[in-house]
Amino acid sequence: MTMTQDLLATALKLAVMLGFVLNVVPVMVWVERRGSALIQDRPGPNRLGPFGLIQPLADALKFMFKEDITPAEADKPLYLAAPVLALLPALSTIVVIPFGPNITVGGHEIPLVIANVDAGVLLFLALSSLGVYSLIMAGYASNNKFSLLGAIRASAQLISYELALTISVLAVIIPVGSFYLNDVVAYQQERVWNFIPQILGFVIFLIASFAETNRAPFDLPEAESELIAGFHTEYSAMRFASFFMAEYAAMTALSCLGVTLYFGGWSLPFVHLEGWLGAIVGFATLVVKVAICMAVFVWVRWTFPRFRYDQLMRLGWKVLLPLAILNLLLVAVMTLAGWL
Amino acid sequence: METVVFALFAFLAVVSALVVVTHKSPIYSTMSLVLTLFSMAVLFVMLGAPFIGALQILIYAGAIVVLFLFVIMLLNVEREEMPHASQPAQRWLALLGAGIFAGFLVLLFWRIGTPSGAPMSETFVSFKQLATELFRQYLLPFEMVGLLLLVAVIGATVAARRATPLEAQAGLYDPGEEPRVEGQRSAPHVNPETGLHVHSD
Repeated sequence: MTMTQDLLATALKLAVMLGFVLNVVPVMVWVERRGSALIQDRPGPNRLGPFGLIQPLADALKFMFKEDITPAEADKPLYLAAPVLALLPALSTIVVIPFGPNITVGGHEIPLVIANVDAGVLLFLALSSLGVYSLIMAGYASNNKFSLLGAIRASAQLISYELALTISVLAVIIPVGSFYLNDVVAYQQERVWNFIPQILGFVIFLIASFAETNRAPFDLPEAESELIAGFHTEYSAMRFASFFMAEYAAMTALSCLGVTLYFGGWSLPFVHLEGWLGAIVGFATLVVKVAICMAVFVWVRWTFPRFRYDQLMRLGWKVLLPLAILNLLLVAVMTLAGWL
Repeated sequence: METVVFALFAFLAVVSALVVVTHKSPIYSTMSLVLTLFSMAVLFVMLGAPFIGALQILIYAGAIVVLFLFVIMLLNVEREEMPHASQPAQRWLALLGAGIFAGFLVLLFWRIGTPSGAPMSETFVSFKQLATELFRQYLLPFEMVGLLLLVAVIGATVAARRATPLEAQAGLYDPGEEPRVEGQRSAPHVNPETGLHVHSD
C-alpha cells in the first residue's frame, strides 16, 4: 500500500471515530437531563422539539454566546490552555479502539482500527493518564481556593484509581497474550465474553472508571455541595463547555475500552460477518454497546450519593488495589492451569 | 517525514528541559517536565521501542509528575525565593558537574563515531522479545531491582509514619521532631484561647 492510500484510510477511520465521539456529547446532554428527570420523577427539558431533543443545540448556542470571563488574578497562559488540553487525552485514546473486522479495499487488507500498534492497550492507558493535567492546570491557574482544592483532590483521586484500573486491564491481557485490542476481540469471539471468567476484574474496572471520569459517586473534584464546582468554578461560556465535553468524551473512550475488553468489542456472539457488511454491523454493535455503558453511567450518577473523600481514598487503596492484585494472580494461575 | 518528526520532538525536549531548570514558578517547571517526558517518549517510539515510550508516559508523565504537582500545590509553593547560585561553592560544584557531563558526552561520541543516518524505526523491539530477554537472561537483576524498590518503599513508610499512642507511651518509637516544611504558614488567624479561625467577634 502506498503512503497516500495509507494516509487516506487513516483519515477516513479518524473521521468515523471522531464523528462518533464528538456526536456523543450533545446526545449525552439530552440523555443525562431526561434520564435524571425520569429518575427524579419530573418532566425534564421538553419544550424544544419532540421530547426536548433540540435542547442540546440551544445549550450549545448559549455556551457560545455567553461572556467568557477570566479572573483578574488568574495565571493567564495555564488558565487558557487548560480547557483545550482537557479534550486531547479523551479524543486521542480512541485511536487504539478497533471498530470492525479487517476489510479489503483494492486488494489491500485494512484493519478497522486507527492505530494498529503493538502497545495498543498501554497506549490507551498512557494517554488517558495525561487527562489529569488539564484539571490540575485549571484548578491552579484559577487562583481560587475551591478550584485549588478540586485540583488537589483530582490529582490524588486519579492516581489512586489508575492503579486499580491498569491492573484489572492487565488481567484481561494475560490469557490473550497480546496488547492488540483486535486480538482481545478475537479471543472473546472464540470463547465467551471476558466479563464471565473475569467478573472480579470487571467490577474493579467499572468502579475505577467512574472515579477516572470524575463521575458520581466519585465526582469529588467538582463536588458542588462543598467546592461550588471544583476545578472549573471560574470557567464560563465555551471554556466551561470544553470541560463538559471532555468529561463525556472520556466516558465514551473508557466505555469503548471496557466494551472491547469485557463485552466482545465490535463482535457479536455466534455471528461472523466479513467485508463491508461486517464493518458496518461491527461499528453499529460497538456504538450500541457503548450506548448501554453510557446509560449505566447516567443511571449510577443519579441513584448513588457521593462518597466522602476519606471513603474514596480508603476504597481505592485498601479495597480495590488489593482486590485487583488478587485478581491478577488468580487470572495468572488460571491461565497457567489452562482454564482460560 | 521521519526527520521532521524527530527534529520537532528533539527540539521540544531540549527547550522544555531548559524551561524546567530555568523557570521561576515550580508549577511551570513541572509542566515543562511533562512535555520533556512526552517528547522523550515519542523519540523512544521512533527508535523502535514503543513499550519504553508507553511506560515513559504511563509512569513518569502520568503518575510521578502528578505527585510532584500534588506536593507543590499542597505546600502552596509560590515563586522561587532564593536567588540563583548564591553560594560560590555551589557554583564551582556546578561547573565541575558540567565538566564531567561534557567529558562523558565527548567519550560517548568518540566511542560510537558518527551516527549512521539509517531510518530510525527499522529495528523494532516487540513485546515478546523484550519479555523473553527480561525474564530469561536478565531475571536475576530484574528481581533484585524489584527487591530493592520494595525495601525502599518499606523504608519510606517507616520513616514517614508516626508512633501509635501505645508505642509513644512505652517510648518504643521516637520519630524525633515533627519535620516542619519551609515556607508553610501555620494557621494564621487561630485564636489560642478558643482555637477558632476568627479575628474578632
